[in-house]
Amino acid sequence: MRRALLAGLVIGALALSGGQAAHAAGETADVPDQDWQHEGVFGSFDRGELQRGFQVFQEVCSACHSLQYIAFRNLVEIGFTADEAKAIAAEYEVEDGPDDEGEMFDRTARLSDYWPSPFANDNEARYANGGALPPDLSLITKAREGGADYIYALMTGYEEEAPEGMEMADGMNFNHFFPGQQIAMVAPLYDEAVEYVDGTPMTLEQHARDVTAFLSWAAEPELEERKETGLKVLIFVFVLTAVLFVIYRRVWARLH
Amino acid sequence: MTTPVPQNRVAQWIEYRLPVFSWTNKHLIDYPAPRNLNYWWNFGSLAGFMLVLQIVTGVVLAMHYTPHADHAFDSVEHIMRDVEWGWLMRYLHANGASMFFAVVYIHLFRGLYYGSYKSPREILWWMGVIILLLMMASAFMGYVLPWGQMSFWAATVITNMTSAIPWIGETVVTWLWGGFSVDHPTLVRFYALHYLLPFVIFAVVFIHLWALHHRKSNNPLGIDIKSDKDTIPFHPYYTVKDMFGLGVMMFILLLFTFYMPNVLGEVINYEKANPLQTPAHIVPEWYFLPFYAILRAIPDKLGGVVAMAASILILFILPWLDTSRVRSARFRPIYKWAFWVFVVDCIALGWVGANTPEGNFIWIGQVTTGYYFAHFLIVVPLIGKFERPTKVPESIHQAVLKGGEGAGEAAAAGAAGAAAAPASGEQS
Amino acid sequence: MADAAPPSESLSEDGGKRRDFLVLAAGAMGGMATVAVVWPLIETMNPSADVLALASTEVDLSAIEEGQTIVVKWRGRPVFVRHRTADEIAAAQAASLDELSDPQPDSERAPQAQWLIVEGVCTHLGCVPLGSKLGDPRGEFGGWFCPCHGSHYDTSGRIRKGPAPANLPVPTYEFLDDTLVRIG
Repeated sequence: MRRALLAGLVIGALALSGGQAAHAAGETADVPDQDWQHEGVFGSFDRGELQRGFQVFQEVCSACHSLQYIAFRNLVEIGFTADEAKAIAAEYEVEDGPDDEGEMFDRTARLSDYWPSPFANDNEARYANGGALPPDLSLITKAREGGADYIYALMTGYEEEAPEGMEMADGMNFNHFFPGQQIAMVAPLYDEAVEYVDGTPMTLEQHARDVTAFLSWAAEPELEERKETGLKVLIFVFVLTAVLFVIYRRVWARLH
Repeated sequence: MTTPVPQNRVAQWIEYRLPVFSWTNKHLIDYPAPRNLNYWWNFGSLAGFMLVLQIVTGVVLAMHYTPHADHAFDSVEHIMRDVEWGWLMRYLHANGASMFFAVVYIHLFRGLYYGSYKSPREILWWMGVIILLLMMASAFMGYVLPWGQMSFWAATVITNMTSAIPWIGETVVTWLWGGFSVDHPTLVRFYALHYLLPFVIFAVVFIHLWALHHRKSNNPLGIDIKSDKDTIPFHPYYTVKDMFGLGVMMFILLLFTFYMPNVLGEVINYEKANPLQTPAHIVPEWYFLPFYAILRAIPDKLGGVVAMAASILILFILPWLDTSRVRSARFRPIYKWAFWVFVVDCIALGWVGANTPEGNFIWIGQVTTGYYFAHFLIVVPLIGKFERPTKVPESIHQAVLKGGEGAGEAAAAGAAGAAAAPASGEQS
Repeated sequence: MADAAPPSESLSEDGGKRRDFLVLAAGAMGGMATVAVVWPLIETMNPSADVLALASTEVDLSAIEEGQTIVVKWRGRPVFVRHRTADEIAAAQAASLDELSDPQPDSERAPQAQWLIVEGVCTHLGCVPLGSKLGDPRGEFGGWFCPCHGSHYDTSGRIRKGPAPANLPVPTYEFLDDTLVRIG
C-alpha cells in the first residue's frame, strides 16, 4: 500500500508538471478558477445564461469571429423555440447555388444553415484585422489551456494602459492573461455593451460570464447528455463489478 | 482431460465438421491454468478486450469520418455534434487508446517482473513486442486523423525522423508523405493503414495466444506446471476473475470517457491543422513520452532516432540478456530492486518527455536514458551472474497449500506493482 | 486432473441460493450491458442531425412555365415539379379508375391541378423515369417513361403499363404562398 501511495504521488506530480508547462511562457498571469454551472458530475447549462451569451456573441463577437460548427437549428438546444430560431436565421443571408444560370446567389438563411462567417476566408479575415486572425469560436473553450476560465479571464483581463516599462507593439492591447500580454483584439466587452431584456445586470463581468457559458456550450453541446448518461452508466458498472467480485470470491473459496 | 461430447444433435453435426465445441472447451473452459495467478495476470485479457473495443468503435467512426485534408477536422466535429452517440464513440476510441496502452504496459512490466520472457516463452514474448510496435504505429496514425494542430505537427516530427537515415533519408520521407510535406496524401495513407493495422495486431495476438496455450501461462512463482494439482480449469475460476477485472477497467475507462474526456489530450488539437504555424509546445500522447525523452536525450539526429528504436527493439533480445535461471523476481532479491529502479527510470523518462528540454531536464533526460539501456545491457546480465536466488518452491501446489508466506509475498508484490499501474489501484 | 483440482463446474452448481441469485443478477446485468453497448452502436448509423435538418426543401414555382418540369433534389432523390397544361390536366382527370392498376383520382394527387409534384423514382426498381426534359420519351400516356424496364406513367404520374407496381409517390408538401412550396 505504501508503495502504491508513493507511486500515486509521483504520477500526480508528473501530471501537474505536465499541465503547468504550457503556462510557463512569458510573465502571463495565472488564470483564476471560476465556478461554472456546467462543471462537475451534475453539471448542466443555464438556458437563460446561454441565451444572453448568445446575444453577446451575436451583437459583439460575431462581427469578427466565425462560429462555423453551430447551425441555426442548434439554437433550439439553448432554449429558443423553432420559430424563434427561424426568425434569427431569417436575419442572415447565406450564399447558395449555383443556380440554373451557374451563378452563386444569396438567400435568406434557414435552420439547416450554419452560422455565417464574417469573412469569406482566413486571408480576408487577417487583412481586415491588421494581420491577426480572429479564431473560430465554436471550439474555443476546448482549444485553449484553462478552457472557460481562460476565456472569462481574457474578457475581463484588459487594461487601458500597459504597465510602465512595457513596450507595446503598434495596434496591440494589454491583457493580463493573453500569452505575451499583447493581444490584437480590442477589449470587446464593457459595462452595458449589450442590452439585456431579462433584467440581468449589464456589467462587464456578467457579459463575460454569459458569453463564456455560451461558448462552452458551443464547444461541448453534448455535455449535458454526456454527464447524465455517464452517471447512470458508472453506477451500473459499479454495481455489476461489485456483484462480479462477490461471485469471484465465492467461486474461488471452493479452492481452499 | 475429457472432451465433452455435445449432447445436442445439431451441436454434434457441427462438431463433427468443425470442432468448435471441443476447441472452446480446450482453450476457454477446461484449459489448465496455474492456480496461483494474481491480479497482474488479468491484464492480458483486458488488453484483448481493449483491442476489440477499439476495433468496434473505430469501425463506427470510420463510417462517418472523411479522410481528406480539407474535411477531416470538420468530419470529426460532425461526429461529435450530429451523429447519434457520435461523441461517445469518439471519446471511447480516444480514451480507449490510452487505456489500451496502460493495460499493455502493465502486462509488459508484469512479464519483466516475473520473467515471463524466459525459456520456453521467447517467441511468445517476441509476439508481444511486435504487438507493441504495431500498436504504436496504429496509435500514431490514428492520432493524425483528426487533422488538428498536434495531429499535423506530430505527423511532421515523426515522419521526419526517417530523414535521419543516411543518404536515402530525404527520399524516404518524400515517399512516406507522398509529397513535399505532410499533406492530404499522407492523411489518406495513414487512414488506410490505421484501419488495417488493428487486424494485423489481431492476427499477431492469435499467434501470441497460440504460443501461450502451447507452453501454458507463467505464474508468480515462475516455476513450471508439474502436475494437475498445480492447475485449475480456466472456467469458472479465471473467467469470473477476468470478468471482475473487466468491470474495474471499464469503470476507469468510462470515468474518463464521460467526465474527463479530454484531460489526456492536448487542447491545441481542437484547432485545425495549420502547416504555416507550429504550436509552441509539442508533446506526444502520454504513452509515447518516455520514448520522446530518449529521442531528445541524444544530441544527434540519427543517434536519437536509433536510440529510440533501440529502446524497444532491445526487448527482443532480453531473453538472452537475462542470464538468471530463476524466472520470478520473487526469488531474486537483487533483481527485484533493479526492476523497481527501472520502473522509476521509465516514469522519470516520461516526466522528462512531458517537459521542454531545457535546464535540468537535459541532464536528467540523458541520465535516465543512459540507465534505461544500462538496465538491459549491464544490470540485468550482471545480476544474473552474481545474484543468489532464494529457495524456489518445489511446486505451485505446495507453495499455495503452505499459504502464509507465499500469500504475504504476493500481496506485497501486488501493492508494489501499483507503482507501474495507477489504473490498477482499485484491484490491489 | 479431476481428482486433484476441482473439476470445471458451473458458477452456481453448489453454494446455495444466494449465489444462484447473484449469478442470475450478474447474468441479467451483463445482458443489459450488452444491449446498452449494442444499442448506441446501431443508432450511430441512423441519419445524423445535419441530415435530418435537410429533410424539407422549399421550391420557388414562379419560374416554371406551363408544360415545363423541374427536377428538385430532396432527401437525395429527384422530385418532379410539373406545371401541367390544360390538356394534361384533362387527360389525367378523364382517366377512369377502372383502367388503373393503382387506382387514385388525379384530384387526390394534385390538389392544385396545374401543379403536379411527385417523387421521380420508379416504383419498380428505383430508376429515374424520363419525361421531364423537352425531347425525352414520355411513354404511351404522355407522362413519364422509365427506361430501365419500360414502365409508362400518365400525366398524373400514375402507373399505366409496365412492371412497376405503384404510382409515383406524392411527397408531403405545403404551399406557403402561391408560388412557394415546401416539400417534406
